[in-house]
Amino acid sequence: MTTITHIPAEPSWWRIFSRNRGSVVGAVVLVVLFALAIVAPMLLRFEAGRIDVGPSMAPPSLVHLMGTDELGRDVFARAAAGLSVSLMVGFGAATISTFLGVVIGGLAGFFGRSIDALLMRLTEIFQVIPRFFLAVLLVAFFGASIFNILIAIAVLSWPEIARLVRGEFLSLRSRQFVDAARVAGASRTSLIFGEILPNALGPVVVNATLMVGQAMLLEAGLSYLGLGDPTKASLGQMLQEAQQIMRSAWWTTAFPGMFIFLAVLSLNLVGDGLTDVLNPRARGR
Amino acid sequence: MPTKSLLIYVGGRLLQAVPIMFVIILINFALIHAAPGDPVDILIGGADATPEYIEGLRREFGLDQPLWQQFVTYISKIVQFDLGYSLRYREPVLSLILGRMPATLLLMGTALFFSSLIGILLGVFAARRPYSVGDYTATFVSLAGYSMPVFWLGQIMLVIFALHLAWFPTQGMYSLRAPSQGFGRILDVAHHLVLPAITYSFYHLALIYRLTRIKMQEVLALDFITTARAKGVAEGRVVYRHALRNAILPVVTVIGLNFGFMLAGSVLTETVFAWPGMGRLLYEAVGARDYPVLMGLFTVLSVMVICANVITDVVYALVDPRVVYR
Repeated sequence: MTTITHIPAEPSWWRIFSRNRGSVVGAVVLVVLFALAIVAPMLLRFEAGRIDVGPSMAPPSLVHLMGTDELGRDVFARAAAGLSVSLMVGFGAATISTFLGVVIGGLAGFFGRSIDALLMRLTEIFQVIPRFFLAVLLVAFFGASIFNILIAIAVLSWPEIARLVRGEFLSLRSRQFVDAARVAGASRTSLIFGEILPNALGPVVVNATLMVGQAMLLEAGLSYLGLGDPTKASLGQMLQEAQQIMRSAWWTTAFPGMFIFLAVLSLNLVGDGLTDVLNPRARGR
Repeated sequence: MPTKSLLIYVGGRLLQAVPIMFVIILINFALIHAAPGDPVDILIGGADATPEYIEGLRREFGLDQPLWQQFVTYISKIVQFDLGYSLRYREPVLSLILGRMPATLLLMGTALFFSSLIGILLGVFAARRPYSVGDYTATFVSLAGYSMPVFWLGQIMLVIFALHLAWFPTQGMYSLRAPSQGFGRILDVAHHLVLPAITYSFYHLALIYRLTRIKMQEVLALDFITTARAKGVAEGRVVYRHALRNAILPVVTVIGLNFGFMLAGSVLTETVFAWPGMGRLLYEAVGARDYPVLMGLFTVLSVMVICANVITDVVYALVDPRVVYR
């Protein structure tokens, strides 16, 4: 007699993600911020960088929702434009550094031995060097442009991902399904891209999400110290300018900073939800 | 704990730091030469220099010699603690930085002490009542803590508590009219310290809280805790003597590993409150493009991070009997 065991279907990823209410709120806020950054320049009544669109340092009102700054620029319009710069740097830097990390960690984990030892030594050195200050140096020496800031952050942020990917590769490369593929005559390339990498991607995606937030905070810190691109105002730069006038105009610091905070917070919340989806062991906590 | 093997362990750890130091010096050297413009402009650092001074710099750094020889000259200067000269401040870079270090250490030390203490207590509290309202609140606040740019938090604190309520001074470390020594001086500095320290603590508090909570929850589920409870050990003793001891080790490690980030947080906080430490110096140097000071700060801060890593490892080796040091 045979028993038929019923295996419940794996719940869809959205079901798992939406069990974490914080993550759903984070995702919604993130979408709203993106929409704001893209659509605001077309819809808002005031141009972002234009001076004297209103009185100097006018408090928030129906005309200027977030008030105006010293030069009579509309804070809302500028913050929306700054948000798009910050998001671009955040996502750009996280993408590049994730790519670097996957390549370096993957090589170290797949080939092992001397390649592993060499690459991990390099990774350790990069982890110890205080990266914020190195980013300050790089941008101060090579000039404060969006491109330089993005590259500086990307080049300094890969070690965590590299270590993570290396660990995954090390444990995956000796699993049975990989051995099976190897015995069946799969090439190195198809072993790496077809068998190992897809199974290592879960934690990488979570880490990349968190890294976007970290990169945005780094960018904001650099611009706050006066290393922002002078041609494209970012949120950190607005906070630097606000430092001088915030005693009489609190709105010049409160709103731009709120944008950074909300963006990073929602990225962290989404990262939490993605952990639940992509890492079954962490579920049901 | 045998002292001799500990000494060997510390020596070995310090030796491991040598290649990192080499890379840091190499980065500085490469930046001087890779940055757009004449290397001598970098060494002057955005100030007005006489032709004689420029000539002197060229000779001092051997700028007419082959690159490898310049590198040897550069390394030998750094090894002798010569980090260059700031024309703007008319002072050697190293003494300039060391002069600003106590203020930074005071801010960091105070903040780290209180945030670790409160973070651990909150973490224990939340781990004992998981999924309670208090747990959720603390977890959300801590998530906010490390999603927030520290300088924005500082600005908001400044606007509310220094400008509108006027409970605390807006900037600096001393007031001019306060006594310049004795108890009055200490009170004055403490009064100035409150806002920057709270601002700076927030991120760190969030981190320590989260880590303690996770670790405590893990440890409290282990068998030896059940055994202790079964033996009739008082609950407070179980939590604070048996469990916390085991949960606190990773917290020590995290402080060590995050020291670089913590220095960055301190720099930004100092900038908001015009606290006269190394961070404020960095801000001024960025504004004036004072490259020798920037490179010197990078070097000194890197050394501090390396030291923090070594100290963490040693503390860990001392506290945790399971670590076998080789």
